[in-house]
Amino acid sequence: MARVIAVTSGKGGVGKTTTSAAFAAGLAKRGFKTVVVDFDVGLRNLDLIMGCERRVVYDLLNVIHNEGSLNQALIKDKRLDNLFILPASQTRDKDALTLEGVERVLDQLRERFEYIVCDSPAGIEKGAIAAMYYADDALVVTNPEVSSVRDSDRIVGMLGSKTSRAEKELEPVKEYLILTRYDPNRVESGEMLSADDVQEILAIPFLGVIPESQAVLEASNSGIPVTLDEESDAGSAYMDVVDRYLGEERPHRFMQAAKKGFFSRLFRV
Amino acid sequence: MRFLDFFRSSKQGTAAIAKERLQIIVAHERRKTGTPDFLPMLQQDILEVVRKYIHISEDQIKLSLDTSGDVEILELNISLAENDEEP
Repeated sequence: MARVIAVTSGKGGVGKTTTSAAFAAGLAKRGFKTVVVDFDVGLRNLDLIMGCERRVVYDLLNVIHNEGSLNQALIKDKRLDNLFILPASQTRDKDALTLEGVERVLDQLRERFEYIVCDSPAGIEKGAIAAMYYADDALVVTNPEVSSVRDSDRIVGMLGSKTSRAEKELEPVKEYLILTRYDPNRVESGEMLSADDVQEILAIPFLGVIPESQAVLEASNSGIPVTLDEESDAGSAYMDVVDRYLGEERPHRFMQAAKKGFFSRLFRV
Repeated sequence: MRFLDFFRSSKQGTAAIAKERLQIIVAHERRKTGTPDFLPMLQQDILEVVRKYIHISEDQIKLSLDTSGDVEILELNISLAENDEEP
């Protein structure tokens, strides 16, 4: 059974697209047939992060409006055989994204893929609703910072009420917290919310932290999902997150300050 | 009383302030979005029943619905002034 995974956050700039690209590439690396879909109509960027911006011809909205086939719109990743990208339209209006059309495309994708990763736009408007509406699982991407946590809480509320699963009273969308741009040194000195703090407030299962890392900018500069750079801290943190999502046990890394390992252990999850 | 818990954090620095502020605003917003429509009417009805016996004003009665774990708690607070005069 295919699973639809929404990558969402409410707030912009917290790392949804980075996470979508890294998570989808991570699933593909683990051998799953995966597609990552950009729902940010008008402001598409997933193609750029995935490094396939010059290969976009047809997009999600063309498929929804029968102006092109799914095969024409899907872009096969050049590095991973199992990975495909479905870009968003750069020119269309957000209103062209109908729930009925999204359902039709997702149903087609479910027949061909094991995981469908939906990269949500920021906000709580139409595009964000469309990205989460048919989700089975949701990755709630959050920064350890007040406005991001508050917006994530809002999104968690919407996942429980404004999704197909909620409206049909099916098993609820499974929510997972991913804390990005985490700096254990600042956490230890009391300047940054800890993973424990954020978990306590949001109260959803925790997949792990992604440390603040130079590798993320370098990966996006070159159009490579950061999980393809598994040597890097962010890349390996994302692979841990993927493996935990798949049900593997992985010890939490990148949550301890550089020194004083003993003291920071007190704050460990 | 519950608010006192927010001040018990032993951690120093602005993260503790952030956490405290978040807990308050998030709890407030959850209550607003998750509140069933009947709560204000229920509060009004209870107020009328209590008023049959005790003289209280509208702001002396507080009704809230909270969830902790799997349990939903309907909390009713009626504060009675020490003497019947308004503060």
